[in-house]
Amino acid sequence: MQTWQFIVQNYTQVLELTFEHLWLVLVSTALAVVVGIPLGILITRRPLLNKPVLGLANVIQTIPSLALFGILLPAPWIGARADRLAILALTLYALLPMIRNTYVGIKSVDRAIIEAGRGMGMTDHQLLWQVELPLSLGVIVAGVRVATVISVGLATIAAAIGAGGLGEYIFRGLAMVNNQVILAGAIPAALLALAADFGLGWLEKSLSPR
Amino acid sequence: MHDAAPPRDLAIEFRNVAYRLENGRELLCDLNLQVRRGETLVLLGRSGSGKTTTLKLINRLLDASGGDLLVEGKPVRGWDVIRLRRMIGYVIQEVGLFPHFTVERNIGLVPSIDNWPPERVRKRVQELLKVVGLDPEVASRHPRELSGGQRQRVGVARALAADPPILLMDEPFGALDPITRAELQREFLDLQRRLQKTVVFVTHDLREALLLGTRIALMETGRLISLLTPEEFVRSSEPMVTAYLEAFGTDLHDWRTH
Ligand SMILES: Nc1ncnc2c1ncn2[C@@H]1O[C@H](COP(=O)(O)OP(=O)(O)OP(=O)(O)O)[C@@H](O)[C@H]1O
Ligand SMILES: [Mg+2]
Repeated sequence: MQTWQFIVQNYTQVLELTFEHLWLVLVSTALAVVVGIPLGILITRRPLLNKPVLGLANVIQTIPSLALFGILLPAPWIGARADRLAILALTLYALLPMIRNTYVGIKSVDRAIIEAGRGMGMTDHQLLWQVELPLSLGVIVAGVRVATVISVGLATIAAAIGAGGLGEYIFRGLAMVNNQVILAGAIPAALLALAADFGLGWLEKSLSPR
Repeated sequence: MHDAAPPRDLAIEFRNVAYRLENGRELLCDLNLQVRRGETLVLLGRSGSGKTTTLKLINRLLDASGGDLLVEGKPVRGWDVIRLRRMIGYVIQEVGLFPHFTVERNIGLVPSIDNWPPERVRKRVQELLKVVGLDPEVASRHPRELSGGQRQRVGVARALAADPPILLMDEPFGALDPITRAELQREFLDLQRRLQKTVVFVTHDLREALLLGTRIALMETGRLISLLTPEEFVRSSEPMVTAYLEAFGTDLHDWRTH
């Protein structure tokens, strides 16, 4: 219960860190959506790019997060500010679920439906926007959901490079060997992850065909 | 040997057409076939004989690997593929309705992408629902809310929507109970008497072929075995044809009475 007291006493700072955390997650997820969905669509159109793109996204996913921050540090403009660095790293991690789900979603649309559309003289553009994307929206949103939940967890590590967020409390608590402080960061982060999972899960269900 | 200009009354012409897979397997071999304007040519053959493959060559869902294929006297490769497909109605074997569209949007799809005004599309859909014998109130339903037979009717209506001169119908009445099937066959004959489309109709049902076809092209393992009118077909002594006739029983002399 002392944790609650700590949170209540420091609620302005807890809120501030929560918003910082949310900001990192929202910006990086939005970037991953903007880059990942077109890439996912691209590899359904250019099968040759399929292996390299998914392979690269996979490799990024296997780099430990602290190491990724370190790798990106020398990058110009990005490396100059901790929050930019954190956002880029989080974006890179979120790419794989975005690309993969977009690709799988489109590829799993019933062949017969695609064939009917093409046979009736729909252009590739019409087929994509009127048939393939609407029918794979549920799977694509599932990708956004996975990416967001992963990102809420990973964003705690951003505090290690001074990018802020709820990780601040976790690292501070670890240094002070103080569970209260750790939990003041971990509990709001867990709640954020649950809320994102629930909200996007609901969206996914309502967008899935049938 | 390909010198002759195509006669004016030919809608589709296959000249020595072949279709091979990338691994070299030949699905169609040296196909020669002419479809006259306004006729119903039935492609009859067993499962895997190449009927669907033949249809898909016509609207270029597949590209022939050899020979010449002409639509309205022009090689299919010379056509703009989107324009070619929009003047060919296509009823696919698996029906393939768009599950996220209402019946109205499904049927009105080609007119819509051809930029008809919405009011005209709506009218056309109502008209077509009547043509294929569906209640106008199904317009607002989704495909999953229809029976299999109703879906097949919607598939046919969708193919007719932009009034294409050519229709490709791949087992449009497959998987239906015999009564509904007979009903749809009658309606098809009625419709065809009025509309006089060029139809290539795929079936493996001999009775259906005899009833609907002006000519029957019998296919077997990617080859055209015979091309006969129904009258010629029932009298033929070609071994493949008689095998077919025997498989369907001997009461075929009254094939056109119902
Ligand atoms: N994309 C493909 N890859 C490999 N084989 C194929 C492909 N498409 C068709 N085939 C093969 O080509 C042959 C002819 O197929 P097709 O679909 O034209 O037959 P069909 O006469 O329409 O049969 P059905 O009555 O069962 O629909 C079959 O042996 C089939 O297995
Ligand atoms: Mg077939």
